[in-house]
Amino acid sequence: MRTRIGRKVSLNTLALIVLAFSVFPVYWMVLTAFKPTKDIQAETPSFFPTNITFSHFGTAVHADGFWLFWRNSALVAVSAVLLALVIACLAAYAVARMKWRGRQAFILMVFIAQMTPWEALLIPMYVIARDTDMLDKLTMLTLIYFMVTLPFTIVTLRGFLNAIPVELEEAAQVDGCNQFQAFRRVVFPLLAPGLLSTSLFGFITAWNEFAFANLLIIKNQDQRTLPVWLSSFSNTFGTDWGATMAAATLFMLPVLLIFLVLQGRVTAGVAAGAVKG
Amino acid sequence: MFWGVVLRTFVFTAINVSLIMVLATLIALLIGALGKKMRLAVMGGLVVAWAIPVIAATTVFQWLFQSQLGVVNWVLVALGFEQFDGYAWFANGTSTFAIIVVLIVWQSVPFAALTLYAAMTTVPKELHESAQIDGAGATKTFWLITFPILRPMFGLIFCLEIIWVFKCFVQIWAISQGGPGNATLTLPVYAYQVAQSLNRYDLGAAISMVTVVILGVALLAYFRQMFKEEGEL
Repeated sequence: MRTRIGRKVSLNTLALIVLAFSVFPVYWMVLTAFKPTKDIQAETPSFFPTNITFSHFGTAVHADGFWLFWRNSALVAVSAVLLALVIACLAAYAVARMKWRGRQAFILMVFIAQMTPWEALLIPMYVIARDTDMLDKLTMLTLIYFMVTLPFTIVTLRGFLNAIPVELEEAAQVDGCNQFQAFRRVVFPLLAPGLLSTSLFGFITAWNEFAFANLLIIKNQDQRTLPVWLSSFSNTFGTDWGATMAAATLFMLPVLLIFLVLQGRVTAGVAAGAVKG
Repeated sequence: MFWGVVLRTFVFTAINVSLIMVLATLIALLIGALGKKMRLAVMGGLVVAWAIPVIAATTVFQWLFQSQLGVVNWVLVALGFEQFDGYAWFANGTSTFAIIVVLIVWQSVPFAALTLYAAMTTVPKELHESAQIDGAGATKTFWLITFPILRPMFGLIFCLEIIWVFKCFVQIWAISQGGPGNATLTLPVYAYQVAQSLNRYDLGAAISMVTVVILGVALLAYFRQMFKEEGEL
């Protein structure tokens, strides 16, 4: 009995240590963002919020170009995801529901495209952008993020489509729908969870992307995105760590929210799939 | 120069991936052994660490390890390591390297641990029970039952982590740009540096291609696993 309690206590202690290590950097970031500057520079740091201030968020939001870069990031991420969704929907349907020559090869190509480290394409992409006069343009970034998210979206949507019984569509067609109508009225609603999770994943990827944005937007600083702006915080905020952490918090927030929504959705989707068998 | 970078990249990958695999396995086992509330708390914490954008995390780590006001130095001094008072982590090659390793491990463990935990829940409980009846301890149960059953899953995560760490660019670039000296110069960073600062795009592209070829070996194992699973579906 005694060893059992001892085991439980040590397990829970270990768990608390793991929890502390995984959460502390995030906690410290948010805490610093809310601390008054004199507390940040205090000799002994306080580990709990005592005086709360929103002034750092004000500094971050009013910093040069914050809204501009925020808009750029959102614009690029949303358009890339929408493009990928439309194309991937068509491609996944063709792969999952139609028989045509080269289908296997197509799937293989998509898988390979998904696995290849696309950071290796940094320099070729730069050369392409330079030669086609696309440097410093958000359009180029949008196209690249589209290219990066497309294979993943196709693969995932194909999986979701395979889980939807063909009989449903056939029944709709018997009832007088053509193939497109059957897709729109029957398959599309069932595909919604898949569309949601893939688009959120795509959005996170594009929102966080740094390497391409850093390399391809050089001269025209108005076209920068949030990650690049945040990485050069020392130019913007100097040693104002409160404002830097506030900016990082604002940058993280959308992703964290999406992630928390997604966790539940994905598990629910998997569970539903398992029940249907 | 080039071979030094290749060697450093391999060492960097080996250190990171072994730390990630060991920690993730231990944490996955720990999650499995915990009570319900504690399990949810730990998993929630892991999800938070996983969800944080790379650049945000990198910025936070720069703040944590800041020399004058950084909380890490304060804690170390408070624990009695006086030599860390005002220690400049990013001025020294080895410590910069160590911080980048900590950052990458911190970011990568959640995915690996949560996936491994999810996989471990699929191992039938009866197997563990019968092993315990036969007198096997926790370590033995893991090596004789959990690991062999989940070998494909371990392999998959192992390959993925190798790929991710090997091509890792953002963290290194944002923290040290390969410096100080060349202490954190790995292949992807080197390719970028050669291309951008020397304007040798041909050389940079060549280095990228070498990176892909080396990764190809890891990818090959991954693909084989992937198609095996596809075949089963």
